Amino acid sequence: MVEKKTFEITNQLGVHARVAAKLVETANRFQAEVFLEKDGVEVDGRSILGILTLVCPRGSRLTVRTEGVDAGEAMAAFSRLIEDKFGEK
Amino acid sequence: MGPDDLTKTFVRKGIGVSPGIVIGKAYLFDRLDTQVPFYKLSDPGLIDEEIQRFRRALGESERQLLELKGKLSDVDGGMDPQYIIDVHVMILRDQKFIDRTIQNIREMSVNAEWAVRITVEKYRELFDRMDDDYLRGRISDIQYAEQRIVANLVGKKRAALDMGEKVVMIAADLSPADTAQMKIDRVLGFATDIGGKTSHTAIVARSLAIPAVVGLENITRSVRTNDDIIVDGTAGVVIVHPDPEVRRRYEDKKRLYEEAEDDLLDYARLPAVTKDNYSVEIGGNIEFIEEIPSAIAHGADGIGLYRTEFLYINREELPSEEDHLVNYRSVVGVKGLAWATIRTFDLGGDKFFKDQKHCRELNPQLGLRAIRFCLKEVDLFKIQLRAILRVSAKGKIRVMFPMISGIEEIREAKRIFAEVRDELLAKGESIGKDIEIGVMIEVPSAVIVAEELAKEVDFFSIGTNDLIQYVLAIDRINERVTYLYEPLHPAVLRLIKHVVEVGHRSGIRVAMCGEMAGEPAYTMILLGLELDELSMNPLAIPRVKKIIRGSTLKESKALLNKVMTLASAQEIRTYVEAAMQKRFPEEFQANGQ
Repeated sequence: MVEKKTFEITNQLGVHARVAAKLVETANRFQAEVFLEKDGVEVDGRSILGILTLVCPRGSRLTVRTEGVDAGEAMAAFSRLIEDKFGEK
Repeated sequence: MGPDDLTKTFVRKGIGVSPGIVIGKAYLFDRLDTQVPFYKLSDPGLIDEEIQRFRRALGESERQLLELKGKLSDVDGGMDPQYIIDVHVMILRDQKFIDRTIQNIREMSVNAEWAVRITVEKYRELFDRMDDDYLRGRISDIQYAEQRIVANLVGKKRAALDMGEKVVMIAADLSPADTAQMKIDRVLGFATDIGGKTSHTAIVARSLAIPAVVGLENITRSVRTNDDIIVDGTAGVVIVHPDPEVRRRYEDKKRLYEEAEDDLLDYARLPAVTKDNYSVEIGGNIEFIEEIPSAIAHGADGIGLYRTEFLYINREELPSEEDHLVNYRSVVGVKGLAWATIRTFDLGGDKFFKDQKHCRELNPQLGLRAIRFCLKEVDLFKIQLRAILRVSAKGKIRVMFPMISGIEEIREAKRIFAEVRDELLAKGESIGKDIEIGVMIEVPSAVIVAEELAKEVDFFSIGTNDLIQYVLAIDRINERVTYLYEPLHPAVLRLIKHVVEVGHRSGIRVAMCGEMAGEPAYTMILLGLELDELSMNPLAIPRVKKIIRGSTLKESKALLNKVMTLASAQEIRTYVEAAMQKRFPEEFQANGQ
C-alpha cells in the first residue's frame, strides 16, 4: 500500500529542529516506510538530518509518501500533524 | 600584544537574555578537553572492530542523553530543553548519519573519531549553504552529537566539572545537557558566542534566574579562564577586565538590582514631587544605549549623565563621527525622555589604544585627562562635538564638559564648540536651537570660581564622586583611605550648598549626577539643598522617588539646616541616619542599611 500527499507548510517558523523531531517521532510510530520530498529531493522520514537539509520554510510544499501495511494510518497522522501546524502558530 | 593589552578593560555587546548583574571570574567551558586522536587503521581486518566501537559509542551517548533528560526539570513552559535532547538523540539514531560514518570507516580505513568528523564536515557543508540563519545554526546540534560520540570513543569519563569557586561560564554555546552536567550552583552567569532569546542557554539561564548574555560572537576567543568579568544580562553587556572604577559602579548596580523590589517600581512612573509640591527632575545615568529602556522603566525623566567613555575604550581604533552618531541617535529625542545630558570624553589619554605618546602617568587622577586632554587633542574632541551637534535637532541636548577647573577651560571648550557648530551650519546641517552647555562641578577650584563659571554656562552638574575625592584628598581606589570617603563631610555639604546658591543666584540650573544623588539616605539632604535635578543609576530611582514623595521641602530644609551646624562628618552621618530611620522606618532598617 502506498499513499502520497502534498502539503503546504503553514506554521510561522517552518520545519525547524523541533518540528523535524515531531516528524521523526510520527514516522517512528508506524511500520510503514516514510519519505519526505521537496523540490525533487527525497529523504528518509526517520532521518532528522535529512529533514533539516530539505530546508522547508513557511510556504514550502512538502510531499509525504508512506509505504507499507499501515501506510493509510501513517498518512492520516502526518496530515493531522502538518495541518495542525505542528501545534505551533 | 604587550602585558598591558591583556588586562585592558573591554566591552562586548550581545543580547541580554536573562536579567541581572554578576561580577566574577570567567571559566572557559570546554566540552571536550581531550585531544582527539585521528589515525588510519593499520590493517583492514580492524574495520569491523572499529565499526563496533562506533556503534558502542553511539549507544553509550544515547544512554547518557536519556539519563540527562530524566534529570532535567521542565522549565520555561513550551520551550523546555528536553526536546533539544530528543533532537540530539535523533541525530545519534539518524540512519544516514550512521551509514555515512560506517562507510567512511570502511572505505577510507580511518578510525571512528575521524570517520565521525568527516561525516559532520559533510553536513556542515550542506548547512553552510542554507539561507536560513536558524537552520544554518543547527549544525551546532550535529557538532554537539559529534562531541558526545567522540568523548565516548576516547573513553574519557565526563565527570561533573570541578569549578571550585563560583564562575561566569563562557562558551560558544551551551546545550541543556552541558548545563545539566555543570554544578549549576557554582555558575554565576553565562556569556556565549551564539544564541538568541530562545536559544538553549537563554532558556536554561532564565529558568535558573542566572544573568546571561548571548550572541557575543567571539567571547570565547577574547576571554580566558580566570579573567575578571562582569555580565549585565539586563543591558546585554559583558565587561572584561573591568578597571576598579567600572567594577565599583557595577557593584552598586548589582546591589541596587537585587534590592529593587517590585512594589518599589510602582513609584517609578510617579513624578518626584514632595508632599508640599516641590518638584525635582530625575535623570538616569547611563553608559550604554542598551540601558535606556531600563532608565525609562525605572522612572527617569531624562538622561542626566551619558558617559561616553565606552565609545572609546570598547574598541581597537578610535570611534569615528558616525560611531558617535549611531549611539547619540539612540539617546537623544527618545520617546519618554525629556532631555539627554551628554558628557564629553572623561578619561586619560592612556585609554587611547596604540597611542604611545600619551604614556602612563604617575597620578592619572590629577593628570592629562577629560577636558584637559580634549583641549590638547582638539581634532579628537571635534569629532565628538560634531556628532553631538549633528544629533541636536532630534531632541533636547545638554552638553557637559568634565573636569573643568577654571574659566579658561570652559571658554576654550565653548569656542571650539561654536567653531564646530558654525562649520556644520555653513554646510547646511540642521542644529538644535536650544542646546545647553554646562560644566561638571567636580574640581574644588570650580566651586570656588562658580560665580564666574555660571556666567559662561546654562547649567552646573555636580559630580560628587570626583568632587569628594579631590576635596578630601583621598584616592577612592586606595582601600587604606576609603574610610575617609564621606559624602556627608561638612566640607562637601558646604561646597554643594555654595554651588547651588551661586547657580540659582545666576539663574542657572544645578544638577547632581554623582552616586550621592542615588543614595536614599541623602535624599532629604539633597532636597533641602534645592538641587534642580538628581541624576542617578536608573535602578536607584524608584526608592529615591519614594523618599521624595514621602517628605516635604520644609522638613528637608530643617534637617539640612540642623546638620549644617554640626562640625564633623561622623556627627552628621549619625544624625542623618537616625532622622531617616525615624522618618522612613520601612526603608532604613536600624542595622545601618
